[in-house]
Amino acid sequence: MPLLAAEQVSFPVLPALIVVPLLTVVALLFVPRHRADYLKAVALLGTTITGAISVQMLASFDVDDPGFQFVSRATWVEDLGISFFLGVDGISLFLVVLSGILYPIAILATEPHHDAKPYYAWLVLLQAGSMGVFMALDLLLFFLFFEVVLVPMYFLIGGWGHGNRVYASMKFFIYTMAASALMLVGILAVVFLTAAETGVTTFDVTQLAGASALSDTAAMLVFLSFALAFSVKVPLFPLHTWLPDAHTEAPTAGSIILAGVMLKLGTYGFIRFGLYLFPEAAWNVRWLFITLGVIGIVYGAVVATMQTDLKRLVAYSSVAHLGFIVLGTFAFNPQGIEGGILVMVNHGISTGALFILVGWIYERRHTRQISELSGMQKAAPVMAGAFTFVMLSSIGLPGLNGFVGEFLVLLGAFNANRYAAVIATTGVILAALYLLWAYQRTFHGTPTETDLEMKDMTMAEGLSLLPLLGLIVFLGVYPKPMIERIEPAVEALVAHVDAHVADFADTEPEAPAERTDAGTLTDALHEAEEKKEGK
Amino acid sequence: MLSTTSLFAVSAEIADPVVKTNLLYEWVGLVPGTMALSFLLILFFGKKLPYKGAEIGITAISLSFLFAVAMAFTWIIDTQSVLNGDKGETAAAVVVDDPIGVGETAAPLIPLAEEGEKARVTIDPIVKEFDWLENGNTTFGVGTLVDGQSVMMLFVVTFISLLVHVFSTDYVGGDRRYTHYFAFLSLFTASMLFMVLSTNTLQLIVGWELVGVCSFALIGHWWEEKANSDAALKAFLTNRVGDIGLLVGMITLYFGAGGTFDIIDINSQAVAGEIDHTLLLIASCCLMAAVASKSGQFILHTWLPDAMAGPTPVSALIHAATMVVAGVYMIARLYPVFWDGLSISGSNINLMALMGGITCVFGGALAFVQTDVKKVLAYSTVSQLGYMVLALGVGAYTAGLFHLFTHAFFKACLFLGAGSLSHACHHTFDMREMGGLRKIMPKTFATFVIGSLALAGAFPFAGFWSKDEILAGAGVWPGTGGNGTYYIPFWFGMLTAAMTAGYMARVIWLVFMGEYRGHAHPHENGNRITVPLMILAFMATIAGFLNMPKPFADFLGIKDAGLAFEHWVEPASVAHFPAISHASPSLSLAIVASLVAGAAAAAVWAYYRRLHQMDPKATAYTDSFVANNKLIRAGHTMLVEKYYLDHLYTHLIAGGTKGPLARAAYWFNQNVLDGTVNVAGRSTASLGRFVYRYIDQGAIDGAVNASGLGASGSGQVLRGIQSGKIRSYATLMFGAAALLAAVFIVVV
Repeated sequence: MPLLAAEQVSFPVLPALIVVPLLTVVALLFVPRHRADYLKAVALLGTTITGAISVQMLASFDVDDPGFQFVSRATWVEDLGISFFLGVDGISLFLVVLSGILYPIAILATEPHHDAKPYYAWLVLLQAGSMGVFMALDLLLFFLFFEVVLVPMYFLIGGWGHGNRVYASMKFFIYTMAASALMLVGILAVVFLTAAETGVTTFDVTQLAGASALSDTAAMLVFLSFALAFSVKVPLFPLHTWLPDAHTEAPTAGSIILAGVMLKLGTYGFIRFGLYLFPEAAWNVRWLFITLGVIGIVYGAVVATMQTDLKRLVAYSSVAHLGFIVLGTFAFNPQGIEGGILVMVNHGISTGALFILVGWIYERRHTRQISELSGMQKAAPVMAGAFTFVMLSSIGLPGLNGFVGEFLVLLGAFNANRYAAVIATTGVILAALYLLWAYQRTFHGTPTETDLEMKDMTMAEGLSLLPLLGLIVFLGVYPKPMIERIEPAVEALVAHVDAHVADFADTEPEAPAERTDAGTLTDALHEAEEKKEGK
Repeated sequence: MLSTTSLFAVSAEIADPVVKTNLLYEWVGLVPGTMALSFLLILFFGKKLPYKGAEIGITAISLSFLFAVAMAFTWIIDTQSVLNGDKGETAAAVVVDDPIGVGETAAPLIPLAEEGEKARVTIDPIVKEFDWLENGNTTFGVGTLVDGQSVMMLFVVTFISLLVHVFSTDYVGGDRRYTHYFAFLSLFTASMLFMVLSTNTLQLIVGWELVGVCSFALIGHWWEEKANSDAALKAFLTNRVGDIGLLVGMITLYFGAGGTFDIIDINSQAVAGEIDHTLLLIASCCLMAAVASKSGQFILHTWLPDAMAGPTPVSALIHAATMVVAGVYMIARLYPVFWDGLSISGSNINLMALMGGITCVFGGALAFVQTDVKKVLAYSTVSQLGYMVLALGVGAYTAGLFHLFTHAFFKACLFLGAGSLSHACHHTFDMREMGGLRKIMPKTFATFVIGSLALAGAFPFAGFWSKDEILAGAGVWPGTGGNGTYYIPFWFGMLTAAMTAGYMARVIWLVFMGEYRGHAHPHENGNRITVPLMILAFMATIAGFLNMPKPFADFLGIKDAGLAFEHWVEPASVAHFPAISHASPSLSLAIVASLVAGAAAAAVWAYYRRLHQMDPKATAYTDSFVANNKLIRAGHTMLVEKYYLDHLYTHLIAGGTKGPLARAAYWFNQNVLDGTVNVAGRSTASLGRFVYRYIDQGAIDGAVNASGLGASGSGQVLRGIQSGKIRSYATLMFGAAALLAAVFIVVV
């Protein structure tokens, strides 16, 4: 895999994406704790600058280069080969940008009801962490960021969450930590086993992937230790039970980030550190993850239909969507993996927007129980319109962002395992069932008096949601620029897998024997006619 | 049969493609573009305008209609010139007047008309495409495909849509969501045209879904009432069931055709036999599920009658004339796929013909027991859609599309007529509340009767010609030829012809004859309602002549006018269309079918006449053979309950998923999966206490402090969370790491 292509970049973009939020946290510490407005302004400014840098990075990203770009590297612990090694390729690019965009929106769209200072500090710190985790190319650095993001989220849920927040935050923390402990062992194992083989101790992912010095058994064990950590994070059925609790009890901003960014750590990890580092092991157990992904799609959707709490419903819908990503990833072909990455980004946008809307409903009505809401469209037509729009995007309506990714995943999965793809397609109906049904019960029907007094979306709220709505349309109508940037890296990854797996059946469809220009077709037709006559 | 088979080889001569193009064909993408723009303009600025956005919609649709008309004319001129150009060389000596009636004795299985068309050449489809996205070696395009089929559909959609727009300004005038309504009419038209002009299957899926959403929004237009909202939901969900078939079918085709979505490419490969037959069969069956949901085929038709909850002009446009024929259109678009996949040629029965046949009979039967005039029309639509699918199923491609064409006019006429009735009768559609309206609403009466005659297939109205071609196309009647001998579909079709005439006679009697039974003060409506009705009635009268059989055209003395529609719409001698053989018209079949329909109408008419003489206010016999016979009553109940399909779907399937199944899954989730976690958590906590008390206090305290670092601000908030459990976490992490390390040491 060609690497380290764009080292001539002078401004250290990637470190800046981590440093700017960190500096913002420091700045926040100097703002008086009772000035919530200043705190918000500072946090917004810091995260917006980070977002702007990430967008600038997107703009200067080289479309044709499949390797890592904007690479930045500094030695950290020389003897152990640990370095501060950052880089972005087509796989991580949009996740970084998504992290850049979602934070300012989450800060703009919602406010904490108390203790603004630590709230914003944790949130901005979380941005630094989630930036780092998508850019780290050093295993230890990755692990560090992977763990670091847990802490702010733990405090956000525990401190500013709803009813059962203590239980939820603890469950979230223990669940994910326990699994990632095994990953640490896995990381150490892969580094030192490789060192034993090659004599070079390094945590550099690119070198480790190139060496692939582990025995089959060792690679499988290490892969499984990584996979467990990622599966919890995704979350894959049956390790998903922390998710609905964490989502439901988290403050709105927490839910947005949790769904938009943090769940993607798992699926991103599968692609970057599963398929890339352990291609053979991942290939050999792909059936397991395809099965779990498909179960997740159907199971998440079925359970979502019976939820009585709007937020919990959206949380279960995430289980279904994330199942699609895993399915695409383990299809082991460009369509599936690209589709998976698209779903990651699109799910972040749509589900983030859904959580924002549910958060606003809760602020107005102080309930999220579906049974206590009805006919809200009467009092809040604009909000109903926005909700419909986001809902349709989440359902995967063609023309909006959700469709392209899901379709590519299905295409890829069909190629890999058509039965899995057919079952996954049923997720399409179920998604419509739970979301439309919920919409019907809450927005349609006869409004009660409290419903009628509900305030519609304000201009400020509308503006904070607008970027997401714009992206939903843009990525649905014109996904080409996005796919162009993702594709080279994914194809390089598939080529890498192909090179390292002995029995890798290339699941690309064969090019048709004859392309269709008029001449050959006419000939072919004549041949067919002759055959028919011969019969 | 053998001679028919050999015929294919003859008529499948591939001539050099004729390439024609002009600005209209190239820029047809502007039409859906205009409508989409209109949607946005209405949405954002509509409320502030003097006519609340309707003016934007009407302007846009008028422009689109003019474009469509201009394009249709150019297309016709181009086609005719190509046709005439070839005639001089090949056909002069061959064209033989087909002696109908006489032909039966000679029983030529090779239709004579076919000979003359041997070298008929059609214009190559004009394709214009942009890359939408690329993936691997596949390009997903979006663009426009102009050929006879899409030109025809473009005309139908813009025509009906324009009339519906005008009609609506009066009909929903003063509605609370007037602007919203017009915005969605525009979006619907845009999406429908987007689908119609698809160059590839992916674009077709996109358009297919978008029209579904518009339908959802418009059915639920008056969402305050739960019934309307339910109907919208049902429509969307039922269509989603079909979407599984659509997605799986299209993906199967994609792989079958070696990784392409291009419609012409897929069709060409299917014709050339390059795609595995089994794959085509699977794809066809999957796609039939999509057709069943979108085009209301038995057993997925149940949403369509419920969709009548939407405003009536919407029912006319979406749920009668255009959207619901999307399934039929899709079959025609990918006809070679079905042709090969379902082995249409030379067979007696196939899935498509059977599904269409069952739908037309079962739908027609349901239309008899409705008391709501819109519901009668809805079931009639189901039945007629079945007719179209049947036609395509027996290989009568042109007949199916021609029926789509004529049906759009007379069914839109009838629906708008029903809207006119309801507008006059205080918003009721209940026929028991009507009666005697022929004198009060003469214009509505006249147009409604014309529409009914066309629907019932009375000579010389539009439906007569298209229905007759379908029956002939089944290839059962002596001397008709066709692509096979489809006995069952033929007799189903014949039965439906009788039923159609019967239920429409019932409607006309109940609504227009006798005395008025309601409590409103009905009156004839204004011009914005009656003029569209008259235009549609006019079309319902004359549209059929577009495809009159050649002998009839000769009889009228207009030599070249026969089968004009077929020449314009059906591709011939091209690589992407199968060599279908055309049935010859049969005068005897036309007479028999008309007699059957006439007899049914007469019987129904007599039945209600007698009832009227007994009791002028009655709408059904209370004490008679029908009411007293157990078997008939059971049948009647079954029809009233719509074959219990709704019970099956709503209670058993949807209720089952939302209810017991989801509850069971959730119980499993909360108790088994989560229970395990909680138990693990609790035992870890005990372990933590144990470790804390007896093992290394200092190290663990260190860990806690580390993770609490920087938490100063959150201190008071988080009191009580951070003490015990973080320790157990650290223990767990430590324990797990130790365990795995041990495994590594032992195994590796």
